[in-house]
Amino acid sequence: MHDHRNAEHHHRSHDHDGHDHGHEHEGSELSEMALRVKALESILVEKGYVDPAALDVLIETYETKIGPRNGAKVVAKAWADPAFRDWLRQDATAAIWSLGFTGRQGEHIVTVENTPTTHNMVVCTLCSCYPWPVLGLPPVWYKSAPYRSRAVMDPRGVLADFGVTLPETTEIRVWDSTAETRYLVIPMRPAGTEGWSEDELAALVTRDSMIGTGLARDPKEVRP
Amino acid sequence: MSRHEDIAAAVCGVAPLPRDDEGPVFREPWEAQAFAMAVTLHERGVFTWAEWAAALSAEISRAQAVGDPDLGDSYYRHWLKALEQLVAEKGVSSAAALEARRQAWDRAAHATPHGQPILLENDPLAKD
Repeated sequence: MHDHRNAEHHHRSHDHDGHDHGHEHEGSELSEMALRVKALESILVEKGYVDPAALDVLIETYETKIGPRNGAKVVAKAWADPAFRDWLRQDATAAIWSLGFTGRQGEHIVTVENTPTTHNMVVCTLCSCYPWPVLGLPPVWYKSAPYRSRAVMDPRGVLADFGVTLPETTEIRVWDSTAETRYLVIPMRPAGTEGWSEDELAALVTRDSMIGTGLARDPKEVRP
Repeated sequence: MSRHEDIAAAVCGVAPLPRDDEGPVFREPWEAQAFAMAVTLHERGVFTWAEWAAALSAEISRAQAVGDPDLGDSYYRHWLKALEQLVAEKGVSSAAALEARRQAWDRAAHATPHGQPILLENDPLAKD
């Protein structure tokens, strides 16, 4: 596990200048951001709001345990099991919880299914609401202003940036996440995967395909 | 730049999308700690998630208004700022107390020899 307490010991942020580095061989330096975080954390610890060990456990969970592979299992099961797919349509939150993917920012998840005529894409125009239990924490581009604005104004152009070209006849629906509702895209199941196991199917499901900025992998990449 | 990007950039006046692989979730330890503190304070009931989302999106808008290109790499800066503001609003700790403590950590860091753990007790002004 990473040492979150002192790993920034030698870090010197580029925006923190004004000190003559040459004369500071004796002391240590913390970046401006690290100082502000330490200030807040030490006060919260003193007041009993947070426990440093619990913070580390939480961080490790998001770094190593919660990620897009959870969502890939949901998608694979939706492809392989029609009863599960129907459950997702009726109550995705409960269906996803049944696989054990519960927790923060998963209180109300809605799945949206891609079809030959409809492609779904997810954005959070205001901040970066995202279904953490199934996708982990959002990628940097999802949090960027260009994505947040262009996904709505020019979804086809955004898809082109990601190397995805859809037929002109395919309708693109853009879903704006909120603090209450998170969306998970169920990409189309690739042709030629009949009879594949859920594990094999899950290997076809990328993070971007569940945000709607990508498609499922070519089966030949997984099983040549 | 593709034709689509040219058009989109002209239309929206924004830069192309930053890209990343499925890389590390946090780029620096402080980002992870800021993330975890917000989640913990929410779970302790200090604020609702709707309040958090409102504070974060307000901070992002403010930063954009003063020229942050907001390419996702500054996200946790906005996150921390929103957290500091909510903490002050909810009466958990004032902005002045946070600033005083930040300065104490800075003095402590400078007083700590390289390679040793930085402790708040190392602040020369703390020993009174």
